[in-house]
Amino acid sequence: MYRYDEFDERLVRERVAQFASQIERRLDGSLSDDEFKPLRLKNGLYLQLHAYMLRIAVPYGTLNARQLRQLALIADRYDRGYGHFTTRQNLQFNWPKLKDVPAILELLADVEMHCIQTSGNCIRNTTADQFSGVAYDEIEDPRPVAELIRQWSTLHPEFDWLGRKFKIAVSGATHDRAVLRGHDVGVRLVRDEAGRLGYQILVGGGLGRTPMEGKLLREFLPREDLLAYLEAVLRTYNLEGRRDNKYKARIKILVHETGIEKFSAMVEDEFARIDGTKINADPEEQARIAAYFAPPAYEDLPDVSRALEDAQAQDEVLARFVEHNLFRHKRKGYAALTISLKPIGEAPGDASSEQMRLVADLAEKYSFGEIRVTHMQNLVLPHVKLDDVPAIYAALATQNLATPNVGLITDILCCPGLDYCALATARSIPLAQDLSKHFADTAKQKDIGELNIKMSGCINACGHHHVGHIGILGLEKKGQESYQITIGGDATEKFALGELLGPGLPAEHVPEALDKVVGVYLAQRQPGETFIEAYRRLGLAPFKAAFREVSDVVA
Amino acid sequence: MLLLDRSGAKSDLFARIELLAEAHGDHVLAPFALLADVLAQREGNQQIGVFIDNTQKVTALEPFFEQLALIVVAFPSGTDGRGFSIARQLRERGYRGALRASGPLFSDEFPQALACGFDEVEVTDASAARQPAAQWVAALSRISLAYQRDFNNGATLNILDERRAARNILDQRRAARLAGESKNV
Amino acid sequence: MAAAKRPPLPVILLVNDLLDGEVLFAAKSGKGDDRGWTRDVREASVAHDDAAAQALETFGAQQVALQKVVDPYLVDVTLAEDGAPVPRHYREVLRTLGPSNRRDLGKQADLQS
Repeated sequence: MYRYDEFDERLVRERVAQFASQIERRLDGSLSDDEFKPLRLKNGLYLQLHAYMLRIAVPYGTLNARQLRQLALIADRYDRGYGHFTTRQNLQFNWPKLKDVPAILELLADVEMHCIQTSGNCIRNTTADQFSGVAYDEIEDPRPVAELIRQWSTLHPEFDWLGRKFKIAVSGATHDRAVLRGHDVGVRLVRDEAGRLGYQILVGGGLGRTPMEGKLLREFLPREDLLAYLEAVLRTYNLEGRRDNKYKARIKILVHETGIEKFSAMVEDEFARIDGTKINADPEEQARIAAYFAPPAYEDLPDVSRALEDAQAQDEVLARFVEHNLFRHKRKGYAALTISLKPIGEAPGDASSEQMRLVADLAEKYSFGEIRVTHMQNLVLPHVKLDDVPAIYAALATQNLATPNVGLITDILCCPGLDYCALATARSIPLAQDLSKHFADTAKQKDIGELNIKMSGCINACGHHHVGHIGILGLEKKGQESYQITIGGDATEKFALGELLGPGLPAEHVPEALDKVVGVYLAQRQPGETFIEAYRRLGLAPFKAAFREVSDVVA
Repeated sequence: MLLLDRSGAKSDLFARIELLAEAHGDHVLAPFALLADVLAQREGNQQIGVFIDNTQKVTALEPFFEQLALIVVAFPSGTDGRGFSIARQLRERGYRGALRASGPLFSDEFPQALACGFDEVEVTDASAARQPAAQWVAALSRISLAYQRDFNNGATLNILDERRAARNILDQRRAARLAGESKNV
Repeated sequence: MAAAKRPPLPVILLVNDLLDGEVLFAAKSGKGDDRGWTRDVREASVAHDDAAAQALETFGAQQVALQKVVDPYLVDVTLAEDGAPVPRHYREVLRTLGPSNRRDLGKQADLQS
């Protein structure tokens, strides 16, 4: 993975000192709170329901063991012994104090980490497919591109005061695991007819209050033009995006209101005027970055691990773990192993410092020191030998990290909701915990198969509910928390927004409503058909009818 | 108002006018709507500037670049960054005169404004009371590096250029060493 | 400015402490620290009329100007049997307690009952 040179390091240290100066100037009144607030947001610091919240950047979801151990140390020393992994592959601490933040930032800088631009109206963390570099369906590892974009977008003087946040995602695989179509800009590595590598650029996707699917902006962009092209897109957005209404200020609104053809013409016009030779990174710099992502020293192993096969035969739960939590690696004899942070009945995506340290140890021992964070709020050991899976599984089990539910109905994506977030309209975690317990039975989970529930505690949709196979949105109705359920969302290349099943329900009725929905699927599915496939074939009607059996009684 | 450039506070030579009849001083700052007329009736060595709001299209200003000594871009709020892109476009399309950002910016934005092509920033007295000139100048030395090529605020090294220079030195040394070795063979 | 949108009486005043981020309540006189704030809602000053509500807002604004606190706002409450104010809205109740899924964190754990 990328390692800082002296320049990366110096920039991060200077940024810490700059923020410390901003805090001083806030305290002495030089900066008003209106001025300080966007500055602290651009250093990842929110003020939430109970306390400050600090969001740490995990660039394109890649971490090493040393970094994860440092996060555990910070959790213990400055927080309450745990952190929360987010839907943009970052980590959040919920209890830091403002006066401690400079010290925390120095500890992060010690391990080449930072909180730069993890909030605020600027370019945020560029996210990527969690299986970058290892996936069987990969065209090329997109992380060098993600690192290039990270550097280009960091402290960009022109784009630090945008109308709204700006989120970029990259993918180098045929299947989209990075939600490209739900991002302001999606960058997809593709080959043209001549076999040359370049980028397909999508624009104007986004969830939130007005969910929209990203549109094709550029079919093929040559590699060398990436930064100049992004500059054209950002400049067009910065100048033309709406500023009159916070809820209409994302680029998706601009693209929607302008139309993709006209928007594209505006971008191309600006791009034509930019002197790419002055902006783009030269091939040597791209190669310098790419060298950090060279594959590790894999061994030559057989496709099948006898040791793993034998162990699975002895242990049914291990067999489940292998079935659900391993992802096919491009290298024979290896797998990408997902560590579920969704143990039954626990808050989704949270990890204690003890759990973090265990994962760091396992990464060091079994995965070349590398860990990934997924947008589904899980962790990944990207390069494990199949031979080592039983030992890893046993170790994970000691810390409740071996739940074999990746991709299943209890692998719930869930925002912090009103238990933590000042923006929320309802709590989300307790309902996620209840649903997790409700569907805990492993045989039942396996029978239901691939089904993701995504939950948001407000219409800002940080829990991606619009693109969940089942989406749950927490609102307020008549002074009570009320949960609307949508169905049929998809975050992959088959992008789709969910459709509303009916009126919102109180939390205690949501499990039975989902039972109805799952029941329709189980009763009407064809052999081998997943939930989302069955939905596409059957349509909304049968699910809506089944839902009404619950909502009519509740009403 | 406090007017600053990278050296600190400076006096403002320009007088802002609202009516064509007022356009008689040495340094006249006119609204865009009056610009063509002010230029047409220009006297001797009059320095003409224009003030624009941050929705102004840069293309409309291009015909006047050679004749303008100053362009002032209004910032309705310190968090509205449109002016930074306007400055950037003005510079890219060939404007070489003075460029001023005017509005409730705060001192931390000064290096950004300069990097985008502004020479000056102008803020209200109320703002200056909280953030005197010394704070603005101090803001320039906090971040000494930038990743973005071609965005130089006069106080930053460009990281990519530094890396390339380091590579070139290494390449030169390697070449020299090889040349020395081949000579010795 | 705030008078137009004041919540129904009785009310208490909530803020976040600037330095540590904790939720504070404008305190009853004689309670709380020397800044007139308390971490414990049971010690909060309850305003039963407009004048008292205005006084709370004024206090909040003064403390904001002194860089002590941020985001002051009034919250409507009912009174429990022991006289302790309980916010009417579930969001504000959470602010007096902490995360509902982690009873070991926040005021619900830190404050003695």
